[in-house]
Amino acid sequence: MNAEDSPNPPTPSRRSLIGWGGAGLALGAAAAGGAVAVARTDDDAAPTAGAAVAFHGTHQAGIATAVQDRLHFAAFDVKTDDRAEFVAMLKDWTAAARRMTAGKAVGEGAYGGLAEAPPDDTGEALGLRPSRLTLTIGFGPSLFDRFGLAEQRPEALVDLPQFAGDNLDKARSGGDLCIQACADDPQVAVHAIRNLARIGFGKVSVRWSQLGFGKTSSTTPEAQTPRNLMGFKDGTRNIAGTETARLKKHVWVGEKDVDEKSAWMTGGSYLVARRIRMHIETWDRTSLQEQEDIFGRDKGEGAPVGKAKERDEPFLKAMLPDAHVRLAHPDSNDGATILRRGYSFTDGTDGLGRLDAGLFFLAYQRDVRTGFVPIQRKLATDALNEYIQHVGSAIFAVPPGVRDADDWWGRALFSASTTEA
Amino acid sequence: MRPLRFSVVTAAATVAALTAVTGCTEKSSAGADGVIAVTATDTGCEVSKKEFPAGHVELDIENKGSKVTEVYILFPDDRVVTERENIGPGTKQKVTAEVKAGEYQIACKPGMKGDGIRQDVTATGSGKVAERDPRLDKAVASYRKYAQTQADETIPLVKVFAEAVKDGDVEAAKKAYAPSRIGWERTEPVAESFGDIDPKVDLREDGLEEGRADENTEKDWTGWHRLERSLWKDGKLTDRDSELADQLVTDLEDWQNRVGKAEITPTSMANGAKELLDEVATGKVTGEEERYSHTDLVDFKANVEGAEESYELLKSVAAENDPELTKELDQQFAALDTLLDKYRADKTGYDFVSYEKVGADGRKELSDAVNALAEPLSQLAAAVVK
Repeated sequence: MNAEDSPNPPTPSRRSLIGWGGAGLALGAAAAGGAVAVARTDDDAAPTAGAAVAFHGTHQAGIATAVQDRLHFAAFDVKTDDRAEFVAMLKDWTAAARRMTAGKAVGEGAYGGLAEAPPDDTGEALGLRPSRLTLTIGFGPSLFDRFGLAEQRPEALVDLPQFAGDNLDKARSGGDLCIQACADDPQVAVHAIRNLARIGFGKVSVRWSQLGFGKTSSTTPEAQTPRNLMGFKDGTRNIAGTETARLKKHVWVGEKDVDEKSAWMTGGSYLVARRIRMHIETWDRTSLQEQEDIFGRDKGEGAPVGKAKERDEPFLKAMLPDAHVRLAHPDSNDGATILRRGYSFTDGTDGLGRLDAGLFFLAYQRDVRTGFVPIQRKLATDALNEYIQHVGSAIFAVPPGVRDADDWWGRALFSASTTEA
Repeated sequence: MRPLRFSVVTAAATVAALTAVTGCTEKSSAGADGVIAVTATDTGCEVSKKEFPAGHVELDIENKGSKVTEVYILFPDDRVVTERENIGPGTKQKVTAEVKAGEYQIACKPGMKGDGIRQDVTATGSGKVAERDPRLDKAVASYRKYAQTQADETIPLVKVFAEAVKDGDVEAAKKAYAPSRIGWERTEPVAESFGDIDPKVDLREDGLEEGRADENTEKDWTGWHRLERSLWKDGKLTDRDSELADQLVTDLEDWQNRVGKAEITPTSMANGAKELLDEVATGKVTGEEERYSHTDLVDFKANVEGAEESYELLKSVAAENDPELTKELDQQFAALDTLLDKYRADKTGYDFVSYEKVGADGRKELSDAVNALAEPLSQLAAAVVK
């Protein structure tokens, strides 16, 4: 596939938007203001809801980027033993991601090509705006067992320990690599994963995937914190995309964090993905007082116990010892802080008629050993555990951003390892 | 085999699609001469000319009637050259086809029912069908021979199966069941181009409309899978099964007699190979096709072999146009064959393990391998006509 050089097919609205460059984006954003009725009034991203997020940069987009409304997350297993073939796929993926995040069709497009062959692009995103699509790649621990990458595996990319209460489904856990697709339009996110999976057939196969909606955290503090499916605001003090110092301290891997072999991770981050099933029906039968005690916040305003406003500084000792906020707060965890980017999910109902729903938790941090792991250990006594169960789990090293048109996902990693592709 | 309510449409659509493919590859020969205006009404089907030069033909259809209609170009034996369905009252549609010199009929079907209102037409001249690479003509000829051989070799195997059914010998019939299907499964896209045979012999229970599987009314359900149910689910054979066994032989002899006349093109061979993998991806990997006998892996192997045959015949041309693709296909065919071999002790036989014994991980592995092959295989037609 030569996605980069190929002409863009006639894809009217997306194409014209892009074709006009900066002016087009501004115009698109203005047009989006009216059209994106789905964006809530508190949507932090409303001014740019339909536009494109830059693909190139120091860090990958989709981490500090203002959280979009929708998610399609996919974990893949590698099927090939051929390093060159895998690297070629990463290059093809990068080219396709570069186009899709800009609102363009993959390769030679969805129509107008050879009549005898299926089109390069599957076509369901034609006519849709870029919708702030971000595509973020991560490499799982098992990838480093392949392609002579063992020495490049960063120490911080640990195998997650067994946590109390874990009931992990192998079929919803792990993966050699992952793609996180976030967008304001679910069809745009699904289109992106579908096309990458298609390009990857034979080289990788989808191990599991998760759709998410209703972002449950915000990386823009001026906006209201969205509610989770339990009806509560959670993660109020999440790191904002503009808080450069906190991002540097808690999210981005710095030069001092790596040795020569794992230097490729500089500017990257570590991602923990957890599928957290909620026992919705029993939660809904729980008294308001108990619900509020469990979280340590009131349900209406989201204020911490004894306080009036959501953003008032919580007084942890006023909360019950097993309250969620009290246990999860940095002050209870030696300052451990993560960037939360989770989404609600509802996969219909299970065979017992219970809503198969919960939180698809995504946490980015500079080091999992000082981020997610201690916090999750602390949460072993969380009163919330009676109403939730962790059923899926995965960890990924998320490399730094793709710098320019010649760069590709994983270049630094594959260039660093002994057998150059 | 797809559900009955779709089968006729699907078969017709397949032919239309293949014809359209041919049309597109050779449209350089198109000219205004080939345009025929068709005016369809509730009682008429007027054509602007009854003689036209062979080659690229375009129907400009206008439905001036009050009913939804469909328009066909038919061979003298009623096979479909091309067709367009769902032409609403007051609407216009264009249909194109590549037509060789000869006699044809154009039919309008107001209400989309019955034989339609027909006009005899003639395509004249030596034809403007573009010249084709002689290697591709050879490939088509070889594939036609292959399809015929498969049909010829199937008949005795089906007769063994039918005799066992008629003898009431459940065990012998079970043993003969899967082998009797191999030739059919290898060449299914060709067989499906005869829209009337496929539903008679290869219909699955889920292809029946509600109520039709009722014991008194399921007379419409014939073919292999009806007998499969008797053998594995009911565990006994009835007089009705004997009738069905005879019917199966008759229907397949019909296939044997007609397979030589199937319209086959290089692109239909290539896309037929992909369709065989699609059959695997939708019906075999899931265990739906052989839900009682669980002999899905036999069908699976036969589908892959049929696809491989098409591919091998087209490979020399495809390799010139897209060497990377053929390299990839060689690799993926080999990988899938190796994977399938895990499920049989004797690599020359068709004694595969029951699909019930293939666990979730194994099925995922097979599904991944099918995707890995089918995706590049979908590019073969383009590589053949480049």
